[in-house]
Amino acid sequence: MSLNETGREAEVRRALDRVTDPELDEPVTDLRFIDRLTIWGGAVSIGFRLPTYWCAANFAFLMADDMRREVGALPWVKHVEVTLGEHMYADKINHGLAHGLSFRDTFGNDASAELDELRRTFLVKAFQRRQEALLRYLLKYPAPQGVDGGPAPAMTKVQRPSPAMTEGAAPTRAMTPETLVAMTLPALKALPVDPEGDQIRRRYLDRRHICAAPGEPLAFVDAQGEAIGAESLHGYLQALGRVTINAEFNGALCRGLLAARFNEDGEPSLADFARMPGTA
Amino acid sequence: MYRTQSGEEIFIIDGHTHNWNAAKENIKNIHGQQFIDCFYGYHSVLSPKDQVWPKEKFDNYGAEQMYRDLFVDGPDDMAIVQSTYLTDFYNTGFNTIERNAEIKALAPDRVIVNGAFDPRDGEAGLDALEAAAAKYKLKGVKLYTAEWRGDSRGYKLTDPMAYKYLEKAEKLGIKNIHIHKGPTIIPLDKDAFDVADVDHVATDFQNLNFIVEHCGLPRLDDFCWIAVQETNVYGGLAVALPFIHSRRDYFTNVISELLFWLGEDKLLFGSDYGIWTPKWLVDQFMAFELPDEVKQAKGVDLTLQAKKKILGLNAARLYDIDIEAQKQKIAAGAREKVHA
Repeated sequence: MSLNETGREAEVRRALDRVTDPELDEPVTDLRFIDRLTIWGGAVSIGFRLPTYWCAANFAFLMADDMRREVGALPWVKHVEVTLGEHMYADKINHGLAHGLSFRDTFGNDASAELDELRRTFLVKAFQRRQEALLRYLLKYPAPQGVDGGPAPAMTKVQRPSPAMTEGAAPTRAMTPETLVAMTLPALKALPVDPEGDQIRRRYLDRRHICAAPGEPLAFVDAQGEAIGAESLHGYLQALGRVTINAEFNGALCRGLLAARFNEDGEPSLADFARMPGTA
Repeated sequence: MYRTQSGEEIFIIDGHTHNWNAAKENIKNIHGQQFIDCFYGYHSVLSPKDQVWPKEKFDNYGAEQMYRDLFVDGPDDMAIVQSTYLTDFYNTGFNTIERNAEIKALAPDRVIVNGAFDPRDGEAGLDALEAAAAKYKLKGVKLYTAEWRGDSRGYKLTDPMAYKYLEKAEKLGIKNIHIHKGPTIIPLDKDAFDVADVDHVATDFQNLNFIVEHCGLPRLDDFCWIAVQETNVYGGLAVALPFIHSRRDYFTNVISELLFWLGEDKLLFGSDYGIWTPKWLVDQFMAFELPDEVKQAKGVDLTLQAKKKILGLNAARLYDIDIEAQKQKIAAGAREKVHA
């Protein structure tokens, strides 16, 4: 394989990393849904599969559509073909994809609308899960000196990690609900956290715009874009926890079912991608 | 019968079992093949490794094997066996009431046969339901709302014809409606696992009990919300319970939510046999304790009494089972068997 082709494959893979299963909120690449990737000049052909023959058709279509969009946005890509294998609606979906049809046009009378509402529903769920993870992390994570209990402007003091923090020296108390719900977006972004926390924060910030209005000063709002009350934070987190339970149910099952269906185990890697004949 | 270490007897009613036939010669098409393959996926993913069956056994285990797995090797005192037809996928049906009658014949005092109906069968189906109710003395039915039928990919409980069937069920004394939610309800642009239709029928049919299998997962939040408002909605633990083995933290989360929202009086054990066998499920459930931090955070507990209710007392209430009388019948039946 030439350097050029290797580079292009990596680019396609990165584009696919941005496509998530709407229900599981994880990249289709990590989930091992992609089982074939071929690149021929400016043409990209992607094959994908799902954990069962019965996986919801709407989610399958959403993912295929997102793959087509993300990969098609690469400057050198002229044509993208996405094909779903071994699925109850494979023929229909593949026909729709090949002809650039919308979901509704693909399914005719079986669909009453496009998938925008469904997509939005699951983006909100993704927002909620990611927010729950971050809130729980911050509630346990010891706040650096000067953060806890102070009003939002006090945050400016800690916009840079203090030496004590970066070196892991003993911080003070954990953050309180009052501090969390009043925290501003810049303060959240500036909060010194460890690499795990940084990852959790980044995932939340990637979805924050789903529910927070543009220019919203608070770091945390609920699904309606409203501020969260400090006294109700506990109940609010419990409610978010139920959203997570659903996603985990599918997540745990889907991974196992995919492995069982295709008789696989081990971790996915680029080796999973079939290459063009003669390029491997 | 399950005996605790202190010698206490716990009466087990397995609320969700099957006696299906997915042998090669009964499979009509690719859909039928994929259906049983998917079940086998569930079986092999969540069962302990040493409990995984060969695929051939899984496809068609038969009544004798079922009897052994539930009542001889397993702890079940009684089992409710559900009917699911899938006649578009299987030549003679997947899990017909006649198949279920075979296991009933082996253990008449232990087995409760549930029927099934499908509103798409129209008026003729209403007559068939009445005949089945008379023949099998039905107290319950299983509904599979995602069953394919010709061009149809399922129905909703709120469809007008479904109401006619529910009215008929009520008249016939069929008061337990087990509902399985699958992923193919039309229109396809909506959330296919939506459980909102259960809410409507539960309000409109106060004399019926609605047992939502696998607790509405993956829509546990919606299900809990409905179940809190509707006193006649119950959660079947099939599919949720097997997580106890490989994903214990996850099971802890689910059971604590269910105890918080529904409470210990509204949950029913079900092995979903032959997807899983009851022995390991009951052993692990009996050994399971909620961690203290979960008890405190959610204000719930899974006491021995709660376990007894979930494993049998709740189902006994729904199906009018007199446990003491039943124990004697079963003991008498067992003696006959030994002396036969």
